[in-house]
Amino acid sequence: MELLNPWPKYHKKEVSSHYCPGCGHGTVHRIVAEVLEEMDLGKRAFCVNPAGCAVLAYDYLDVDMIESSHGRGAAVATGIKRVRPDLFVFTYQGDGDLSAIGTAETIHSANRGEHISVIFINNAVYGMTGGQMAPTTLVRQRTTTTPNGRNPEFDGYTLHITDMIANLPGVVYAERVAATTPAAIRKTKKAIRTAFQTQVDELGYSIVEVLSACPTNWKLSPVESIEWIHTVMEKEFPLGVLTDKREKKV
Amino acid sequence: MNKIFMSGNHTFAEAAIRAGCRAYFGYPITPQNELGEYMAEHMRKAGGTFIQSESEIAAINMVVGAAATGTRAMTSSSSPGISLKQEGISFLAGFQLPAVIVNIMRGGPGMGNIAPAQGDYFQATRGGGHGDYRTPVIAPGSVQEIADLTFVAFDIADRYRTPVMLLGDGMMGQIKEPVLFPDPIDPKTLPEKKWALTGRGEGPSRYLASLVLDSQKMENHNWALFRKYEEISRTETRFETYRAEDAEMIVVAYGTTARIAKGAINQLREQGLPVGLLRPITLWPFPNEILRDLSKRIKKFITLEMSTGQMVEDVRLALEGRAEVLFYGRPGGIIPEPDEFAHVIREKMNS
Repeated sequence: MELLNPWPKYHKKEVSSHYCPGCGHGTVHRIVAEVLEEMDLGKRAFCVNPAGCAVLAYDYLDVDMIESSHGRGAAVATGIKRVRPDLFVFTYQGDGDLSAIGTAETIHSANRGEHISVIFINNAVYGMTGGQMAPTTLVRQRTTTTPNGRNPEFDGYTLHITDMIANLPGVVYAERVAATTPAAIRKTKKAIRTAFQTQVDELGYSIVEVLSACPTNWKLSPVESIEWIHTVMEKEFPLGVLTDKREKKV
Repeated sequence: MNKIFMSGNHTFAEAAIRAGCRAYFGYPITPQNELGEYMAEHMRKAGGTFIQSESEIAAINMVVGAAATGTRAMTSSSSPGISLKQEGISFLAGFQLPAVIVNIMRGGPGMGNIAPAQGDYFQATRGGGHGDYRTPVIAPGSVQEIADLTFVAFDIADRYRTPVMLLGDGMMGQIKEPVLFPDPIDPKTLPEKKWALTGRGEGPSRYLASLVLDSQKMENHNWALFRKYEEISRTETRFETYRAEDAEMIVVAYGTTARIAKGAINQLREQGLPVGLLRPITLWPFPNEILRDLSKRIKKFITLEMSTGQMVEDVRLALEGRAEVLFYGRPGGIIPEPDEFAHVIREKMNS
């Protein structure tokens, strides 16, 4: 009898996860490891991990990795890929890393069409620091720095960074998915494959935004969190392909 | 080999390329724009990477990425931009990655002005960024030294796995002098960097992190870095003495200020005043030993700076009260003249 779902090669085995129960990181880490193995990218992969809960991603993903100062992952990835275009370079970033402090690096690496793949974990809150507002926090959503709910008058509006960069000529592929149900998770994996293939085919910049649960800071159970993504987050952040310029680039 | 007539800014760039640097990332800021512009043309011609980044912060982080692969990488800026790079420099130190950062100082604080100044000495030598680290700082005093010391900077960076700062000022960046460049280095002939990350291949994965959550491990890491800095202090200190053998007073100055001071010293020597110069070339490690040696016989030192007095503190620290330490400075972008220095030195000698 053959084991259908063996442990992914590029995910470390003897580890105890620090992620919270129901957190999306565990799921996405596994997807990334599977895709790297299926596409035979692990040997030449170089991942840039963020400041945020996934600062310890190097304890899980079993490829060469480098930390980045908060928000600057896209710049670090640019430096790596430009001098070593033969490496497969991707970033793994949260919503604060990518669309608050890292906004300039995100926009400009996309604008230059850097040949990197960006995995953007959007959980509408700052996880590691205890649940403060993120650029992607929804209006009226309660966080520790919006205790009465996000109020646009003081706190601005929910930022849709991926939509903002999708139409840049340098952005070849951008898709939004969710790490929720088995079907959605399969779509997440497919999107990450497509993004990675974009780099492999030397077409340019790709980004996959993954709506991801943060039960601890949403103060919901893991099951309620999945529900919240479906019923609330996906209304604000509709799933789907935001841009696909691959045919134009060939 | 013929001498080339070149500006300081251009020389930093040309020397870096010849030293095997194949990645430059930078953002325009006066008075060092010519360095980036030179790189835009010549780094690409050399087959290297040039990016005009979206900010100085992006540039230093691009340096981090390139350096992690073992590539000789450089960025340059001036005072306010160097402030922006401090976190990146701290990370380079924590990662133990080599890199060269050129700072062409201008007036400050804040927007300051675009004239030459030496007001960033503290920032350069006292960390600048957060954490328990030191940055080797090299201050060239001529365009020829820019060429030679750029090679040294990359060498120290690689050998000790540390960021290194080349500290100039607006004058040093703009002046043009004849320069003889060292022979170019093919980066492929440089020693292999076994710590560099270039994909795990068939081996185990590795990662570069500066995060060390366990306090005991962090302490061990900090002391390991400290021992590295101690070794650099033992082996990489550089300075020049000028007419110091029979001096009764020593001027301490670096960079452009030292050139002006030499002019003053020559004037005073013609008038029979026995004054000499100690020119630190590495500002960190600071040439403490030579200062102490000189103080066995000489009891009056005057530090001249284009600032309100920063290096003077290191002179005082080195001498630990063995001699009198005076100071004269012109901050804000004022470039003093030899006459002015000569007048001040003569006054202090006679007092």
